[in-house]
Amino acid sequence: MGNARGFLTRRKGGKGWHWTDIVTWVWLIGGLIVMFGPAVWLTFSSFKTPAALAEFPPSILPYVTQQVKVDGYEKPLALFEAKMPDGSTQVLAEVRRVGIVAQMVDPKAPGQIIRVNIADRQPVREIAFATENYTKPFTQFDFVQYLWNSVFVTVTATLITLIVNSMAAFALSKYEFKGRNAAMLVILATLMVPLSVILVPLYSIISTVGLFNNLWGVILPTVATPTGVFILRQYMLTIPDELIDAARMDKASEWQIYWRIILPLTAPALAVLAIFSVVWRWNDFLWPLIVLSRRELYTLQVGLSIYSGELNVQWHYILAMTVVTMIPVVLVFIFLQRFITTGIAGSGLK
Amino acid sequence: MAPSGSPKGSLEPKASASPMDRLAGLALAPVHLIMGLADKPLRAWQKRTGIGGMALFFLAPNMLIFGMFVLLPIVINIVYSLTGGTALFLSERSFVGLDQYRQLFNCANYLDAMTCQEDAFWTSLDNTFWFVVLQVTLMILASLITALILNRELAARSFWRAVFFFPVLLSPVVVGLIWKWILQRQGLLNFTLLPFGFEPHTWLSDRGFAFGAAVGVSIWAHMGFYTLILLAGLQAIPKDLYEAAQMDGTRPARIFWRITLPLLMPNLLVVVVLALIKAVQVFDEVFILTGGGPGTSTLFLTQYIYETGFVSQPRNAGLAAAASILMGLVLVVLTLIQLGVGRKNEAKGKR
Repeated sequence: MGNARGFLTRRKGGKGWHWTDIVTWVWLIGGLIVMFGPAVWLTFSSFKTPAALAEFPPSILPYVTQQVKVDGYEKPLALFEAKMPDGSTQVLAEVRRVGIVAQMVDPKAPGQIIRVNIADRQPVREIAFATENYTKPFTQFDFVQYLWNSVFVTVTATLITLIVNSMAAFALSKYEFKGRNAAMLVILATLMVPLSVILVPLYSIISTVGLFNNLWGVILPTVATPTGVFILRQYMLTIPDELIDAARMDKASEWQIYWRIILPLTAPALAVLAIFSVVWRWNDFLWPLIVLSRRELYTLQVGLSIYSGELNVQWHYILAMTVVTMIPVVLVFIFLQRFITTGIAGSGLK
Repeated sequence: MAPSGSPKGSLEPKASASPMDRLAGLALAPVHLIMGLADKPLRAWQKRTGIGGMALFFLAPNMLIFGMFVLLPIVINIVYSLTGGTALFLSERSFVGLDQYRQLFNCANYLDAMTCQEDAFWTSLDNTFWFVVLQVTLMILASLITALILNRELAARSFWRAVFFFPVLLSPVVVGLIWKWILQRQGLLNFTLLPFGFEPHTWLSDRGFAFGAAVGVSIWAHMGFYTLILLAGLQAIPKDLYEAAQMDGTRPARIFWRITLPLLMPNLLVVVVLALIKAVQVFDEVFILTGGGPGTSTLFLTQYIYETGFVSQPRNAGLAAAASILMGLVLVVLTLIQLGVGRKNEAKGKR
């Protein structure tokens, strides 16, 4: 036993535990709970029925009270485990509740009403996943439409971002021309202008060109990201110019050089930008909220916020749809998190 | 790998490629076709205009979108802030000079938001200020501690790094809803506090707690990003410095103050300014979490601009533009500081 303990607590270099080790593990385990806990809790909650959601204290897993069909009663009745006056327990179905007394019947002998104090009974419960939380918003509300809008915006915006930004980055990294520095400066300067500063004029421009209440009005203003040009340009600068010169000697056109030589070689940076762009566009909220005012055009984020802002919040649907909204990002996190973390650490960009 | 099953005499260089590659090739076929079709006219364009024309061609789409959706709005924004009325389009608006700014700054006593004509603006300014101060300080502290811990010799470091990074990827709406769900009356927080004898509390309808929740949630959502940058900075500190200090028997606290902190300072400054710029624009997750309430206790600048320009009836685009220009000025100053810090770091690095 002592050996096992020694083995478990041994440290590199044979030193014992220092107080900083304890702090480290407390912080890390605490971080694990605080960072993942809320999302996990949300996911568990999303499988609960409205009745289970309204319960306090809440259960961790989704339970429902078992119900039973009893002869002579139209609706199914909830099953309870009741403590009888003689000390025995019996499984009874509740007919109705009057004050603190529940009128119950034995499902096997439904003729006789038994009165039980509500403090003396416990619901009989089983784990059940309320999957209708997921299916109903898709079949009865517009969430399929929202999902489609979100996917359309994300995919289109990402594709355009990749093409437009890589073209600009190519010109800015491989050509010497008048005004190159000016163009660089303009792009840099726009890093300073977040959306919230130009909300009003951007809205009026979008309205003027007829893109209000149009998914393209959400897509276009976001596709020319300075960040994207920056990442790609930095990467393209590392591609040797000799490659381009050789291609020119072989009579390749500049366009061919761009898409046959530069683009394939920039693939890693393009991948990073694509991941970023997908996460950004999927998560966009304020701008779509302003541009889209018709229900059938909402993206998931806007739809969720509108539904959750309603007076009578249907939490069971909101929670389920929040989980759906989370899925792509969680997938990105699981499979591509390494790309992103090294990308950020390398460039300091978000 | 043996090129088994590759068709004999195939000219395709990737004939032996895996099915995955073949699939990708198939998917890219239309792309190649389009790119090939675009080549002819572009070749003609290149012949006529030379390299300069091609540079223009490559830059044009980006510049067009930039110009239309970023540069033009900046200019128009200034014009907007000088006009009044409720019309949306500039041509229908009347010129009012600096009236919108005057309205924003019309206060009997600048220390009391309630004495101002636009009390909501000043309240949001006040809230934003305290939010920025609290959020940035606490978040940088938390990020620094996390980065220091992750920089220790640690099993599965990349896993732990990922743990703290996870919320960064979540959308603000999801973040807001997650915490709204936890902080409500039947929520997880009340449940967790129950064994300690706390009565269930509706946290978000309490002014102080709602503000605290706004700060806390936004720290939760963003600290992973700053932790990453700080961790990168820590890992760039040469290890031999620590070895030398250890040989001299330097106390850990002294190592931190004399080696770690000074060498991390450039990164720390960049992170602080980045966090400041982000915090000034706080909106999404707090808007979902509290909607600015209760009352105006979590009303921040961006929400003020949004509500003045788009929600309130009648809309006041001029006032919103003026407020956004003031916010823009703050951001420009912060960005210039950041650029200055960056340049100073670069200069130091060269020395």
